[in-house]
Amino acid sequence: MDHIIQHIQGIPLNHYLIFCSIIFAIGVVGVLIRRNVIIIMMSIELMLNSVNLLLAAFSAYRGDASGQVFVFFVMALAAAEVAVGLAIVIMVYRNTKSVDLESLSKLRW
Amino acid sequence: MTAFYFVAFLSIFFALMTIFTKNPVHSVLYLVITFFTFTVHYIMLNAQFLAVVNFIVYMGAIMVLFLFVLMLLNLNKDTEPMKSNLVKIMGAVAGMCLLATFLGAFRVIELDNGFVTGNSDVGLVKNLGKVLFDEFLLPFELSSILLLTAMVGAILLAKKETKEA
Repeated sequence: MDHIIQHIQGIPLNHYLIFCSIIFAIGVVGVLIRRNVIIIMMSIELMLNSVNLLLAAFSAYRGDASGQVFVFFVMALAAAEVAVGLAIVIMVYRNTKSVDLESLSKLRW
Repeated sequence: MTAFYFVAFLSIFFALMTIFTKNPVHSVLYLVITFFTFTVHYIMLNAQFLAVVNFIVYMGAIMVLFLFVLMLLNLNKDTEPMKSNLVKIMGAVAGMCLLATFLGAFRVIELDNGFVTGNSDVGLVKNLGKVLFDEFLLPFELSSILLLTAMVGAILLAKKETKEA
């Protein structure tokens, strides 16, 4: 009986795995096909978030809180990364007047 | 149960819109909607603390930062030179290859066909606080140092350089 209730309420762990890998692959494609630095950073955020959701799903599945604590640390890391990354983007824009990745391919200007 | 599939579909749709929209401001707004659907996922997993943190930190702080930078640089128009079609197709094929590798790996590993239900109470603030301030106290303090360093670094990088320097 308990198993049947779980079957009706629950989502198979496999579906979480597939869903999170689809989002991760979308993030990878975004990094590969865009040239705007800001959109590339947004794709990185997408990848981080998909991993976060998978960690939370496994944590809820195993009944272990460590996974969700790890998600918290990943979020702190993402905030630090975005702050420093956007500061670098602003500095690059001030020097090259563009946010195109190709403008950074030379070592001096 | 069907709510999961509906919200998952919305997440994938808006994530695709994020990377394929030309206008960067629209891209940021689609990313905000994607993060909102992730918050809904956390609520369905009964991870209340993560849902609130995701809502405040990602949708509140990080996305506002992105929008501010876009408006500061005056990029809210389609000025981005697009990559050639060949590179785009190659990028899409590479992403599909990665996805196929993942799916193939998931077919091989033996998960015990478990079901994720939203009625575990590990995600409540009370439980997470006990774990966070007991086992993970040192990483917590280290992450505060990391945030301080990032703050100082961001201000140093974005500050206008003085003339004599």
